[in-house]
Order: sequence, then C-alpha cells, then structure tokens
Amino acid sequence: MTGGARIWALHLALVAVLFAALFVLPTYHATNLARIMVLAVFAMGYNLAFGYTGLLSLGHAMFFAAGMFAMGLPTWHWGWGGGPALLLGLVAGGAMAGAVGLLALRTAGVSFMIVTLMFAQAGYLTILYFGQVTGGDEGFVVEAAARSLFGFDLSSDVPRYLAALALFATALAGCLWLVRSPFGRVMVAMRENEERSRMLGYDPFRVKLAALVISGLYAGAAGAAYGLLFGYVGGSFATIQYSILPLLYVLLGGAGTVLGPFLGALAMFYLIDITSGFTSAWLFFVGAALVLLILFAPKGILGTIRERGARWLP
Amino acid sequence: MAAVLALTAVGLNLVFGVMRVVNVAHGEFFMLGAIGAWFVTQYLPVPAAMAWIAALVIAPLAVGAIAALADVTVLKRLKYDPEATIVATIGLLYIFQQAALSFYGPDARPVAPPFHLRLQLPWFGYSGYKLFVVVAAAVILLGVWLMMTRTRAGLVMRATQVDRETARNFGIDVDRVYAGTFALGAALAAAAAVLIVPIQQAHYLMGHDPLLLSFIVVIIGGLGSLRGTLVAALIIGLSDGVISMFFSPTLAKIIATLAVALVLVFRPQGLFGAKE
Repeated sequence: MTGGARIWALHLALVAVLFAALFVLPTYHATNLARIMVLAVFAMGYNLAFGYTGLLSLGHAMFFAAGMFAMGLPTWHWGWGGGPALLLGLVAGGAMAGAVGLLALRTAGVSFMIVTLMFAQAGYLTILYFGQVTGGDEGFVVEAAARSLFGFDLSSDVPRYLAALALFATALAGCLWLVRSPFGRVMVAMRENEERSRMLGYDPFRVKLAALVISGLYAGAAGAAYGLLFGYVGGSFATIQYSILPLLYVLLGGAGTVLGPFLGALAMFYLIDITSGFTSAWLFFVGAALVLLILFAPKGILGTIRERGARWLP
Repeated sequence: MAAVLALTAVGLNLVFGVMRVVNVAHGEFFMLGAIGAWFVTQYLPVPAAMAWIAALVIAPLAVGAIAALADVTVLKRLKYDPEATIVATIGLLYIFQQAALSFYGPDARPVAPPFHLRLQLPWFGYSGYKLFVVVAAAVILLGVWLMMTRTRAGLVMRATQVDRETARNFGIDVDRVYAGTFALGAALAAAAAVLIVPIQQAHYLMGHDPLLLSFIVVIIGGLGSLRGTLVAALIIGLSDGVISMFFSPTLAKIIATLAVALVLVFRPQGLFGAKE
C-alpha cells in the first residue's frame, strides 16, 4: 500500500470499529463513547491550533460554549429545530474564534495564553451576567422537541451514538485531509519557524487566524452537538476547566497527530471514570497526569509511537 | 485589600521577572498559606495571638518549602520552557486544590485575628486589624525591596534576571537562585494569605480570585517590573471597591478581565512598564 492509502485505511478502520462497538458494548459504555467522540472533536479542533500551528490557547472553552449556546438559545427562546441550531452553533464557534483571533494573535507565546484566558473568563462572566437569557450557572435543559435530526430522536441511545459517530467521522476526515494538504504543511511551518515561513512569503497572521477559525469551527460544532445530544446547556461549560480538558486530551494522545485527540479523550475519560469509582480525588489525577505528561512524555502516546518507528503516522 | 494584593502580585511578578515562568499555581500557594495558618492556630497550644504570629512565620516557610520542592522536581526538568511550565503549574494547581480538599475539607473556616481593636475616628470606626494588615504588608514589601537592592542575594537574583548564562559563568548557582526565587514568591503569597485570613475565611477554592487579580495587577503594572506592580496593586485594589459600587461585581470583573486582555494586546509592556 502507498502511504496515503495506508493512512486512510487506518482511519476508516477506526470508524468501522467504533460503528461495530455500538452493537457490542453495553449501553453505559456506548453512551460514554458517544460523549468521548464529541469531546474528541473538540480536542481535534484544539489540536489543529495547538498541535499543528503551535498556538497554545487557554480560551477554547469560550468557542465550545459559543457553539453550545448558539445552538441552545434559539431552541429555547424561539423554538428552532435541531438542524439549523446545530449549524448556527458551528458558525458561532468559528466566528468567536475569528473575533478573538483578530485581537489575540497580535501577541504570541505566553501573552497569547493569558489573553485567550482572559477573554474566556470574560465570556464566562458574560454568560453569568445575562443569566436571565442564558440560564446562568444553572443552565437549561434542551427541549425534547428540538433534539431530533432528520426525524431521528437524538435522546435515545442508538441515534445519539450514530450522530456522534457521524460528527466524529466527518471531523476526522476533515482533519486528516487538512493536515495533509499544502495548507496543513504551512500550519506546521508556522509552529516550527515563524520567521522562516515569513521569508518564504507566507503571512503568519493570516495563516494563524485561519487555523484558529477552523479550530473554533470544530469547537463550536462539538459544543453544539454536546448540548443537543446530551440535552443540557450550562455556563459551567465555559469555565477554564473546559479549556484545559482538550489541552490534556491532546497532550496525552499526542500533539500534532490526527488520532491523538481521540486516544487522549478515551484514555482520560476512563481514567477519571475508573478512579472516581473508588476515590473522590479525581482532580488529583488530572493534575498528576498533566505534570507527569509534560515531564516524561511531552509528545504523548501517539507522538512517542511515531518517534519509535511508525514515522508514517499522520 | 490593596496591600495584600500587592504582596501576592509582587510574589507572582518576582517569579516571572527572574525565572520567566508564569506561575498559574500562585493562587494555590495563597490558599495553602491560609489553610496552613488555620492548622497552626488550631493545633498550636498557645494563646491565639501567639499562634497567629507563629502562623505568619511557619505558613510561608512551609509553603516556600513546597514551592522549592515543586521547582526542583518539576520546573527544573522542563528547563523553564515558558509554555511547558504553564501546563505543569496548571497540573500543580489541581494537585494542590485536591490535596486541600482531601485533607482540609470543603468548608470555609475562620481564623481568629490576633487582636480586636476598633479605632474610633470622629467620622467612622475603623478596624484596627485592617490597618495592621496594611502596615505589616508594607513592612514585608519594604523587606523584599531592601533584599533585592541591598543584599548579595538580591544582587544575584537581579543578575540572573538580566542574563542567566553570564550569571552562570560568574559562578552563580542558577538552579539554587531559581528554587529560592520560586520559594520566595510562594512565601509572599502565603504571607499575604495569613494576613488576610482573619478577615476572610480559609477555603480550598480561595486561590482563584487572588490569582486573577494578581495577573491583572502584574500585567497592568508591567511584567517583570516590581515598582509598576506596586502602583497597579494600589490602583486596582482601591478602584475595585469603587467600580463595584457603581456596577454589579460580575460586570466589574468582566470589564477588568477585558481591560487586561486589551492592555496585553496593545501595550504588552504594561501601562507603567519599563521600556524593553
């Protein structure tokens, strides 16, 4: 097999395995897996900014929440259906990322992290401030009527799993195509050496802004889907914790790898799920995982595998 | 409030200035200081005032030791790469928070102030303790300033700040300087917490607000500039009360965080920052 065919085959196989898992796994784990797939889409978006373009943002919760609220508010206040609301969520995530990027991308490195963190904090506080419209800290439950897509009821298990899988597969294919495209190479060039890319005639600001907007589209879609599939929209999804989760997933799975975010989300979700079974101190494990990862395996699971031989991994 | 904020922010800025490390776990050192004060006053079999004074010494020392340990075991191995250290300090933040929750519990607990004294001015009464906090914070800040400008340790720290490699060539043990700076920064936050804890209560989530406010102060005052930090702490500490009088606290926070973000975007050296 040629390199390209082998890569596509690997990713198709993963989607097929996930499809088969629906018929094998008990309901509890299938619901978990649906959740993981949506979170993995969020992490994939984060990875496009952080892993490929080198933009370490601490504000992605804002894009996630933008998608979630742009989906949830019209269904709540104006009785929109699930389809258009989902689309609006996708667009809102990208638009928010574009707006933040226009300002925040004037800075780099540590300043960029703090600026995105501050914007996200302001976004969270805004949600609280307009609590009467947004439901504030308590959030709201998405109407059952809105939770259907093409006639399928998304609140029941099988359609929900399939919808999550469809989103995940689309996002995965998009991500794979993007990073193998010429634009994907330019994104990596920005990460590796911004000055040299500028010399070669690329405009770093525009490339980074485009990458951030794509990343925001992913986050917005994931946020909207999360609200729609699991029926709850709340301000807690805009807190800094939801900016750190995708960072954690990406670091664990491997920054700058296509499958890393999914692997990281899967491993982290079950690490928390299992540890919270016998101790309430799961926050400790999140912290310890972050410290240990950055210390001993800054390239993550897939990054390490790629280094040790499988150099063809995208 | 402004005085305590200044102490915390100076600690944060010291660490950033000398080590180029943005310490996201700084608020947790503040929290650990407050909780340390609670444990000391609770379990030391001496009168309350004595115990509090003991806490003012013990808690910063203990927190400083924890910080030095964190520096040697984690940050040093990352070679102080700015982005990696932020991720690592986020991890530390979670670990400290969980440790406090597990060993101290979820409730907020009060610490008795060392003395009750009410100054009765002609127009209004004023808590004597609050005045004492201001004086104590000023004394500690003066001590830090004297140390930075007059002593050999301060000279070594400033040398390391200006040029790490040259300092190393002159035989300065940079690793020790870094561990010491990180410990000092954390100890300052802890001392601020011990001062404030008789007014507020000790709680495992209390590190959040000081962290955010310190960030705001440090950024407005200019990263790495101690004088700017002091001025900004005074302005923010005083204006925080004024703004919250006119707007709701949430709106005040929104304005403050947005202002900080915009300052960083358009004036990265801070409003009072030194020219690069």
